[in-house]
Amino acid sequence: MDDALKKKLTILADAAKYDASCASSGAPKRKAEAGGLGSTTGAGICHAYTPDGRCVSLLKILLTNYCLFDCAYCVNRRSSNVRRAKFSVDEVVTLTVEFYKRNYIEGLFLSSGIIRSPDHTMEQLIRVAKTLRQRHGFRGYIHLKTIPEASPWLIEQAGLYADRLSINLELPTEASLERLAPEKDGAAIQTAMGQMGERILQAKEEKRRFAPAGQSTQVIVGADASTDESLIRTSARLYDHYGLKRIYYSAFSPIPDAASILPSKSPPLQREHRLYQADWLMRYYEFSPDDVAGATESGMLALDVDPKLAWALRNRDRFPVDVNKADREMLLRVPGLGVRAVDKIVAARRHASLRLDDVARLTSGLKRARPFLVAADYAPTRLTDRLDLRARLAEPPRQLSLF
Amino acid sequence: MGAHPLPARTIRLAPGADLDGFRGAIRQLVPAGIPPETVTWVEGEAPSLFPDEVPSDATGPALALPRAVAGLVASVVMHRDPERYGLLHRLIRRVADGERHLAEVASDPLVHRLHLMRKAVGRDLHKMHAFLRFRRAGVGQEGRERFMAWFEPDHHILAEAAPFFSARFPSFDWSILTPDGSAHWDGRALRFGPAGRREDVPEQDAFEAGWTDYYSSTFNPARTNLAAMRAEMPKKYWHNMPETAAIPGLVREAGRRVGEMIARAPEAPVKRVPARALAAMAAQEPDSLAALNAVIRASEPLVPGATQAVLGEGPIGAGIAFVGEQPGDQEDLQGRPFVGPAGQLLSGALREAGIDRDRAYLTNAVKHFKFEARGKRRIHQKPTAGEVAHYRWWLERELAFVGPRLVVALGATAVLALTGRQVPITRARGPATFEGKPYGGLVTVHPSYLLRLPDAARPEAYADFVADLRQAAALVAEPALGAAG
Repeated sequence: MDDALKKKLTILADAAKYDASCASSGAPKRKAEAGGLGSTTGAGICHAYTPDGRCVSLLKILLTNYCLFDCAYCVNRRSSNVRRAKFSVDEVVTLTVEFYKRNYIEGLFLSSGIIRSPDHTMEQLIRVAKTLRQRHGFRGYIHLKTIPEASPWLIEQAGLYADRLSINLELPTEASLERLAPEKDGAAIQTAMGQMGERILQAKEEKRRFAPAGQSTQVIVGADASTDESLIRTSARLYDHYGLKRIYYSAFSPIPDAASILPSKSPPLQREHRLYQADWLMRYYEFSPDDVAGATESGMLALDVDPKLAWALRNRDRFPVDVNKADREMLLRVPGLGVRAVDKIVAARRHASLRLDDVARLTSGLKRARPFLVAADYAPTRLTDRLDLRARLAEPPRQLSLF
Repeated sequence: MGAHPLPARTIRLAPGADLDGFRGAIRQLVPAGIPPETVTWVEGEAPSLFPDEVPSDATGPALALPRAVAGLVASVVMHRDPERYGLLHRLIRRVADGERHLAEVASDPLVHRLHLMRKAVGRDLHKMHAFLRFRRAGVGQEGRERFMAWFEPDHHILAEAAPFFSARFPSFDWSILTPDGSAHWDGRALRFGPAGRREDVPEQDAFEAGWTDYYSSTFNPARTNLAAMRAEMPKKYWHNMPETAAIPGLVREAGRRVGEMIARAPEAPVKRVPARALAAMAAQEPDSLAALNAVIRASEPLVPGATQAVLGEGPIGAGIAFVGEQPGDQEDLQGRPFVGPAGQLLSGALREAGIDRDRAYLTNAVKHFKFEARGKRRIHQKPTAGEVAHYRWWLERELAFVGPRLVVALGATAVLALTGRQVPITRARGPATFEGKPYGGLVTVHPSYLLRLPDAARPEAYADFVADLRQAAALVAEPALGAAG
C-alpha cells in the first residue's frame, strides 16, 4: 500500500468515525460464488475492537471529506479547517477487497461529504458498490449512507447494491436542524426515509433484493437541548413509520476544530448508554414509549439506575413476580432478567420448579432481580417497600469517559 | 478404586473432538447400563497403558436422543476440558433414564455446566472467524493468490471453523495453521492436516501497516473505554492481530488529544464560503428532457436483462401523451417505444381516431424490458408494483417536461404509475382526473390486451378502443383543456 493511499485512508477514516453505526447484521446468509469473494452470516462479525470499546466490523470511510454543507456538529463541515482528501472509486474498491481478503473486515460502510451536488455524490457512492458487486463478485456486506437531498431515483438505486442504507437524522427536532445544519431539511430527510421504507417493504414482498438489511439512522445526543423522552418518542415513531432496523445514539463528542456554537466537553456517554437501554426495552422487552417515558424524571433517564430498574421502582405494586408462574411479558419487566434468561426460565419451569439457586444459574443479574421476584423457596421480605431500595441497587458512579 | 463394586473401564478416543468415537462408545455404555462414574475417558494416540480398555470403534445400535441433547453433545465434544466426555455421558445416561427434557432445564447444575461449555466453544468459533488474520504468501496453484494464517483456538474447533473460510474465500488458496492441526483450501476442497508452526506463516503483509493506520484512525480518544475493549477482545488474541500493536500508543495519547480538543478555542475558517459551488449544487435536477433521458439511459435496469432503456418519443409540448406499461421484445432491441405488434396496433387505432402519432408523445411507465427466457424466446413479464414505483419518478419528470394537456393511460400499469393505485381497468375506463396533476386524464386498455383476445371478441374490443382514442382527441380539443395541439 503506497504512502499517498495510506495518508488518504487516515484522513477519511478519521472523518468517518463519528458515525456510530458499525453493524454488519441483517443481511441474508450468502456464500461467495466460484471466483467471487465474500459471504454474510446474518448476525455480523466484529473483527477488532478499538480502545474506545467499539467494534470494527466494516471499513468505515468517507469517499471524500470535502463538503459543501456546513453542519455545526460535523468535523467535515465546509468551514472546518481539517485536512481534506478524496478517494477515487477504484481506491475504495481496492482497499475493501484487500482488507476483506485478509479477514480484517466484513465489508464496507461508505459515506461522503457533499461534493458538486448531492446527486453527483450519491452517484459516486453507488458506483463503488456496483463495482464491488459486479466486477469483484463481492458478496460481503455493504452499507451505504444515503444522501437525502439526492434525486429519488438515485436513492432507490443504492438499494440494488447495498445491504443496508441509512439516512442520518442527526438532530431530533426541526428547530435544531435549522440552527445547526442549515443545508439540511428535516422534511426531506423524513420523506427519503419514508420512500426507502416503502421500497424495502415492497421488495421484500416481491422477493426482490433491495437493501435486505433494511435502513438505520443516527441521532446525536447532547448537541441540542432535546430530552431523552423526546428522543425516545422520536425513535418510536421512526421504528413505527419507516420500519427502521436500528437507531444509533451518538453522544456528541468533541471534535478537532469545533464550531463555536456547540459545547466543547466530554461526550455524555452514560446518557447515550441509557438511551440504548431504553431503545432495547421498546424493541425487545415489549415496553411502550409511554412506559419508558414513565421511567424518566422531567423527561430525562436516570444515570445511576438503568431504565428498567427505574420503571420497576416506580411500579412497585406490580412486583414481586413469581418466576414459576408469571407470564413472559411480566418476567421481561423484572430488573436484571434479560430476554435470554427469561426464555430459559420459561423453558426450564415446564419441567422443574425453580428455586433461587436455579434462577442464579440462569441470569447474571440476580442481585438486581432478587427484590422483585418470588421463587419456590424464596420471597422477598417486603423489599419492594423499602425506601432505600434504589440506593441499594444503583450502580456506583463510574467514570465511563477517560480510562 | 479397589473398593468400587463395579469394574472400572477406560475408553480411549482420538485427540481433539472425537464425536464419532464418543458416539460409538456411548452406544455400548448406555444400553449396558454402565454407570458414568466407573468410566475413565482418555484421549490420545499413545499406546494403551490400560489393560481393561474398551475399543471405541466397535459400535452398537443408535440411541434415540432428543435433538437438543444431540446438539449439545456435538458442541461440547469440541471443548478442551478433559472431563467433557464424562459429563456428556452423565447427561445422556439421565436422558436415557427418563429425563427426556433435561437439556431444556438450564437451571440443572449439570446442564448449566454443559451450556457454559457450549457457550465457550461458540465464542471460540466466533472469535476465530473474527480475529484470524491472513497474510499473503505468494502464488498458489494455477496462478491463484495464496494466503496463510496462524491461529491458536482455545478448543478443538478447527474442523468446525474452516467451512466459514471456504464459503467466504473460495477464489484464492489458503492455509490455516494451528498448534493442533491445519486446514487447507485449494479452490475445490477443504483438507485437514497436521499441526503447523507460527514460523511457517509469512512474517508480514503489505496491507498490515495500512490496516493498523485505519484501526488507529477509527478510534475516538474521547470515548476511551479499555474495559469494554478487553471484554470483547481479550489480550490473549492480541499477539496474532497486527493492529493491536497500536493500542499502547493510542491509549497513552488519548488523554492529551481530548484535552487539546476541549481546550482549543474555535478557529475562524480559513476558506471562503464557496458561493458559486453552493449555487451550482442547487441546480442538480435534470433541466431538460434530454438531460433526464441521459440519466435514464445511463441507469441499470431494476431487473437485469434488458438491452437498453427505452425512452419516450414525441415532441415537447405534445397535446396528448400516451403511457404504456413497459417495452417489449421489439422495443428493447430497437430502443423505441411501441414498435412491436402492440405498437403497430396502436398506430392503426390512432389513425382511425384521427390522432397523428408523430404529434403525440409516447412512453412507458417502466423503461426497461423484463422477461423470462424460454428457449430462444423472451416472454414478457409484468412489472411488479414495486418496480413501477421505482420508475415513476422518471415518468413524472418526463411528463412535466413534455407538458401534455391530456395523458392517456394504456392499461392498469400506467394507471398505477400515474396514480399510485391499483385500479381495475373495467372500473376506471374513460375520462379520469389524476390527482394533483396538471393534465387531464383518460384510461383505456393496453393494445396488447386486444392482441390476446380470441379472434371473435377482437373486432368489438378494437372498436371500443378506437372510440376511447376518439374521446381522447375530443377531450384535448376542448377549450377547458386548452386549444388542440
